[in-house]
Amino acid sequence: MSVNVNERSGLADRRPAGDDGGHLLEVRDLFVEFRTRDGVAKVINGVSYHLDAGETLAVLGESGSGKSVTAQAIMGILDMPPAVIPSGQILYRGTDLLKLPEEERRKVRGKQISMIFQDALSALNPVFPVGWQIGEMLRLREGLSRAQAKRRAIELMELVKIPAARQRIGDYPHQFSGGMRQRVMIAMSLALDPAVLIADEPTTALDVTVQAQIMDLLGELRRDLNMAMILITHDLGVVADVADRIAVMYAGRIVEHADVHSLYEAPAHPYTKGLLESIPRLDLKGQRLTTIKGLPPNLMRIPSGCPFHLRCPYARQECVDVVPAVRSLGGDRTSACHFAQEVIDGRL
Amino acid sequence: MFRYIVRRLLQMVLAFFGTTLIVYALMFAGQGDPIQALAGERPVSAAQRAYLTEKFHLDQTGIGGFFYRYFDYVGNLLRGDLGDSLTGRKIGDMLAQAWPVTVKLAIIGLLVAILVGVTAGVIAGLRRGGIFDNATLALTLLVLGIPTIVLAPLAQYFLGVKLPLFPPTAGAEPSIYALLLPGIVLGSLSLATALRLTRTSVAENLRSDYVRTAKAKGMSVRRIVSVHVLRNSLIPVITFLGVELGNLMSGAIITEGVFNIPGVGFNLFRGIRTEDGPLVVGLVSVLVVVYLVSNLVVDVLYAVLDPRIRYE
Repeated sequence: MSVNVNERSGLADRRPAGDDGGHLLEVRDLFVEFRTRDGVAKVINGVSYHLDAGETLAVLGESGSGKSVTAQAIMGILDMPPAVIPSGQILYRGTDLLKLPEEERRKVRGKQISMIFQDALSALNPVFPVGWQIGEMLRLREGLSRAQAKRRAIELMELVKIPAARQRIGDYPHQFSGGMRQRVMIAMSLALDPAVLIADEPTTALDVTVQAQIMDLLGELRRDLNMAMILITHDLGVVADVADRIAVMYAGRIVEHADVHSLYEAPAHPYTKGLLESIPRLDLKGQRLTTIKGLPPNLMRIPSGCPFHLRCPYARQECVDVVPAVRSLGGDRTSACHFAQEVIDGRL
Repeated sequence: MFRYIVRRLLQMVLAFFGTTLIVYALMFAGQGDPIQALAGERPVSAAQRAYLTEKFHLDQTGIGGFFYRYFDYVGNLLRGDLGDSLTGRKIGDMLAQAWPVTVKLAIIGLLVAILVGVTAGVIAGLRRGGIFDNATLALTLLVLGIPTIVLAPLAQYFLGVKLPLFPPTAGAEPSIYALLLPGIVLGSLSLATALRLTRTSVAENLRSDYVRTAKAKGMSVRRIVSVHVLRNSLIPVITFLGVELGNLMSGAIITEGVFNIPGVGFNLFRGIRTEDGPLVVGLVSVLVVVYLVSNLVVDVLYAVLDPRIRYE
């Protein structure tokens, strides 16, 4: 499973990563809307982030913040309609995926960028054996024979540490435990040696102990296979050990972006601060858990100004009137708050 | 699976006795004078009455006599002897003649339902809300709304008489061609249901998470639809069609009546009209077996199609 960038077919041959100083994957000012009968929901409102080879970016946010939709836009698996992408770019090794014809785009999926989903039970096809589902990619995409695909599927299942992989290759998804199913999902996503793995809340549907095992496995695989990973989660606890950088999303925007240490040390956005304060802490036993008041905004009627102002303890008139620009705070660090510096310094 | 089938077969024995008993009771328990019913309007001589009483064990009266005759009948049935119709013909022979016709008709009906219904259902499901989907919705509602007793004569009149594409009636030993129009009429109801079922199932499966996964795996739309979605969508459809085959095999009383097809339904209808008890009970007993077997086949098929179903 050694990953050599130059051996990759298709896009990789044309543009090896980093030869123009660009990123492996870059989302630029992406907008996504869902046009339904009830109105237009502005789900993604100008999201930009990037990912370099071998690193892990955590995308953090509540349900409906747009983190999964961004990932699905990268994969090109949004249902369009109702989804529409009015503007934006998704650059993979310098090529805008949004401009590729569908047939070209399809070849990127699984082979360059692959994805694992939250609920492996529903994400796997219930009527086919797991080995068949892993092997399907190898047979159809790589032209492997049935026997070759089966051998490779066993290897992949062993790679993700499924016990007795050889015996279990013919089992169906419902015959596996939740953790093992997610491992099957991961094995499938690795089948074509992708350069980027998008993990969309990979542990949300699992028990806490199993969550840790899966996160360890993902971290280990990412290192061993030298992949880049986008980890989508709403769980700040999951992020700290695994991620290099964190992008915090709120109402379809990235409100804060920073490396893990800076963000945990001093958040630059009141929303991030609220998230950090709402992590249960052992040393504050017996006290009431801090929460962020209110609910995420209705994406069909996003509030004026800063979308977080209704829930923000520091909101002022300026926040109601003016949409805060994404301001740079040195290095890679950005925040979309009028008072970012004050929040960092703890002056608010 | 093996144990399940054995258990089901044992249940079938019970179901067989239960249904034949009920049909037997319905047909004979309330009958005033079966010998007079047999003779119709004609007078019955004392000698004839004595002979028939002896033959049909009518000397035993009351509930004991009823069960005596029922078990006598079932005993014969299990030996393969369906008995005689009141018209004097062997019911076994009548069945041997009627059955192939009904089976042919049922297969034509089912093929129509599968070929047209499932195909159109898949297309409608893929293009939900489109013109094709709405047109088939209206058409199937129309077909489902019209009873066969209206649809069959209409088809016969327009496609058999006015525009003679098909023979209007089938006759004694009908050809496949003569059975085509009745088969389509018979199958149209199953077709409409199969279409709606397929359409809903396909549309639902298209939205499922595993389709999103298949897309993320870089599978083509054609592959996703023809392998992933179809296999899942057809599970309820095949279950329905299996049960429907049992229905069609048990004879289409109205369709066979209108098109004058000498099948099982036609004979059954005649038996009921002429109060031919032995014929009705004989036919129904066989139909019960056909129905039970086809249901068992469907249940086994269901487990084969959907690995999540395991009967243990």
